[in-house]
Amino acid sequence: MSEPSAALSGQEAVIEFRNAGYRLPDGPRLLNNVSFTVSRGETLVLLGRSGAGKTTALRLINRLADPSDGEVLVEGRRTLDWDPIRLRRHIGYVIQETGLFPHYTVERNVALLPRLERWPELQIRARVTALLSLVGLDPGIFLKRYPHELSGGQRQRVGLARALASDPPILLMDEPFGALDPLTRSDIRVEFQALQRRLGKAIVLVTHDTGDALLLGGRVALMEAGELKGLYSPQEFLRSSEPVAAAYLGQLRALEPFGKGEQR
Amino acid sequence: MNQFLSQHGNEILEATLEHVWLVGATMLLAVVIGVPLGMVVARKPWLSKPILGSANIAETIPSLALLGFLLPIPWLGDRADRLTITALTLYALLPIIRNTAAGIGGVDPAVREAARGMGLTTRQILFQVELPLSVSTILAGVRVATVLTIGIATIAAAVGAGGLGEFIFRGLAMVNNRLILAGAIPAALLALGADFLLGLMEHLLRPVR
Repeated sequence: MSEPSAALSGQEAVIEFRNAGYRLPDGPRLLNNVSFTVSRGETLVLLGRSGAGKTTALRLINRLADPSDGEVLVEGRRTLDWDPIRLRRHIGYVIQETGLFPHYTVERNVALLPRLERWPELQIRARVTALLSLVGLDPGIFLKRYPHELSGGQRQRVGLARALASDPPILLMDEPFGALDPLTRSDIRVEFQALQRRLGKAIVLVTHDTGDALLLGGRVALMEAGELKGLYSPQEFLRSSEPVAAAYLGQLRALEPFGKGEQR
Repeated sequence: MNQFLSQHGNEILEATLEHVWLVGATMLLAVVIGVPLGMVVARKPWLSKPILGSANIAETIPSLALLGFLLPIPWLGDRADRLTITALTLYALLPIIRNTAAGIGGVDPAVREAARGMGLTTRQILFQVELPLSVSTILAGVRVATVLTIGIATIAAAVGAGGLGEFIFRGLAMVNNRLILAGAIPAALLALGADFLLGLMEHLLRPVR
């Protein structure tokens, strides 16, 4: 609690990792000495293969796990000094299988946090309707539906709407487009790009897909075996000669002989 | 037959009501104790062995013997219905504990993780997510336990707690099949009725239809 928010001065880091590491109680190290910052309005993409520590890094931000060394700061305050519930309600969280509550309608899923925070009912209704429109779902059609009545893409949109419900300044997304077919995926990406600009939030997005990373990331953090291998702008990443980065680009280049690279 | 009914009708009705009271009180108690124990089993794996183990042991004790064991216990042994309800509850616990644990354990981990990540408290996760999603599984356990209890409750007559067992024991003593059936048939009908009603509830309360 020593020096809370000396924040909000200029290009302030909303999220900051300082040599953060995480190990499971029984030994294995999932994350090692990771440092980076994310500012307001910026999207940082954590790119890496399964087991690289991306999701672990994400979970350190909303205190689903606590760092075993180093520290993670949210709005200038160590996560350990935050009340976990307050911290999490301050952060939108979207996960791959969306984690929508199967027994709740779309309306109740999206309205969950505002209801817990006891917003007035009228305001909640307006908010839910606005959010569904924002993520491209017609409220008239979708409010009363259950998650199992939605397609994968629609579920993902509802998941995003739910994460945005209480207008958190930070958004964490774990493989948000992972379960989608390639066409839906590229549609949703384009829409999400437009959203990013409008929302102006600090976003950390985890993916193993180079296309996601280059299209959505303001910066790309490349992760391998629990370590941060480098931070790049998408342009730098494309030019990088690092073997790991090159390997990811190979994923894209392999398509070039067919005359259509995946981006653009 | 008609003569038998007009002679014993009121008695049968009274015994049926006694039976329903014994079973009803038992189930209430068993749910109040069993559901929380099931939640503990689901949450704290190290407690699951002792809890399920004890419930299992209770299940294997023959019912007459269990009544005999409980009889000398001071407060319990004072009244026959108290004694019976305690014994019946011990039998009813296992299916309820097991199904509650299975229901909560069966909640999709992604849903729980999302709930936690959104900032729901443990309590909110339990009441808003885990319990609603396991209601029909828990009810299935209650249903099994109820049918089981209706059957075992006929033993209550052995310690003088009344119920439909009265007729069965009397019929056995007097070698009178009609009397036995006067206890057995209503008990069977009760079991079928309870099974049907609880099955209906289970269906209606299924979280995702």
